Amino acid sequence: MLLQLGEEAKLLAGGQSLIPLMKLRFASPKHLVDLNFISGTSYIKEENGALRFGALTRHAEVEYSASAAKLPILHDCASGIADVQVRNRGTIGGSLAEADPSGDWATVLMTLETEVRCLGTKGERIIPLPEFIRDAYTTALLPDEVLSEVIIKVPPRASGGAYLAFKRSAPVYPTASAAVRLTMEGDVCKEAAIVLGCVGLTPIKSNDAETALRGQRITEKAISAAVESARAAADPQSDMRGSAEYKRTLVGTLVKRAIEIAVQRAGGKQVEVSHIYA
Amino acid sequence: MPETIENVAIKVSVNGKPRSLNVEPRMLLVEFLREQLDLTGTHVGCDTTYCGACTVLMNGAAVKSCTIFAVQADGAEITTVEGLESAGQLHPIQKAFGDAYGLQCGYCTPGLMLSASQLLSRNKQPSEKDIRKAIAGNTCRCTGYQNVLKAIQLAAQNMKGV
Repeated sequence: MLLQLGEEAKLLAGGQSLIPLMKLRFASPKHLVDLNFISGTSYIKEENGALRFGALTRHAEVEYSASAAKLPILHDCASGIADVQVRNRGTIGGSLAEADPSGDWATVLMTLETEVRCLGTKGERIIPLPEFIRDAYTTALLPDEVLSEVIIKVPPRASGGAYLAFKRSAPVYPTASAAVRLTMEGDVCKEAAIVLGCVGLTPIKSNDAETALRGQRITEKAISAAVESARAAADPQSDMRGSAEYKRTLVGTLVKRAIEIAVQRAGGKQVEVSHIYA
Repeated sequence: MPETIENVAIKVSVNGKPRSLNVEPRMLLVEFLREQLDLTGTHVGCDTTYCGACTVLMNGAAVKSCTIFAVQADGAEITTVEGLESAGQLHPIQKAFGDAYGLQCGYCTPGLMLSASQLLSRNKQPSEKDIRKAIAGNTCRCTGYQNVLKAIQLAAQNMKGV
């Protein structure tokens, strides 16, 4: 159908970004294909050490899912996106396929081994998330493809993650966000993933910040080194949400707090986290 | 200029009444409710998915009706503020908003009451934090929210066992 309609067609998932963009005439698709009436596109399944989300699974469904709760970082994200009304409509697949630099899901899911299933007229492809997100609002989806499923590998037991996003009020996009996942062996960090959101054209994976923690005991010094590297990796733009300098400082603070919570969670502690706003 | 597009026939249950109408595909749900059905209790505040004045329940879930096309509500059950009362009696949420002075100008109130309705249908004893979270998508520029919180707490109390 997308092939028939041509490049001026757009897919409508939850519509919580696309409809506002259309009202502002930032998007004027000639055709809208509403995916919401296709059954079987909203589900959360646990299979072979992976969580699988149907593309049209709403944020609210992730928020209240017992399966997703096994990875608290997913709950951090799902429960804090915009507000109740938007979470009731907006979808995980739509968020990834839109690839808004300020979106929450891509940042979170880059700390996990995440793949997306893309269905097209020639069959299906499974693409690792870092390759799927190409640029701001740009993904690896071909014109005849639709994102059908998000597949997240469940990390080892001694792994803990946290996602913190700071926003000015509930309904808006965050000013900056940070997702951290650490796999611990005793008090030594074996594996680290640190991804920054809203401070670049795509989520930024800070290899230097990860290196600062990997193989180290998580001391204040190690955290400071990771925070410094994360700040350096951020590439924010000044805009109405704040100056570049402000965002750089903010993202550092978020990384610090997210590391601290990830360590606690890796140790089996329950810590409640949601987006922060005044 | 956009080309003319044929209207689409939709069937929606609004406040328990089945409604069948032909609508333009680009018509928003809030326009459908206000302009086609004359249900003007649902307000348009910001029209940018921010303020929540247009909140209605769609199959029991609070949604912003300015960010859904009417055609997407085909087959759905919609509840607007007009649907809260029954047999001329105010709903306990409506009564509580009055009793606790949970409104001033009233513009945001229908949306707030529907957000409260979703909350109380799923959580009979919400904490203050639960309430704050439930109404985070409803902007009120008069009350400062304190009396809104009290109103929803009062409604929760009055609805115990209902």
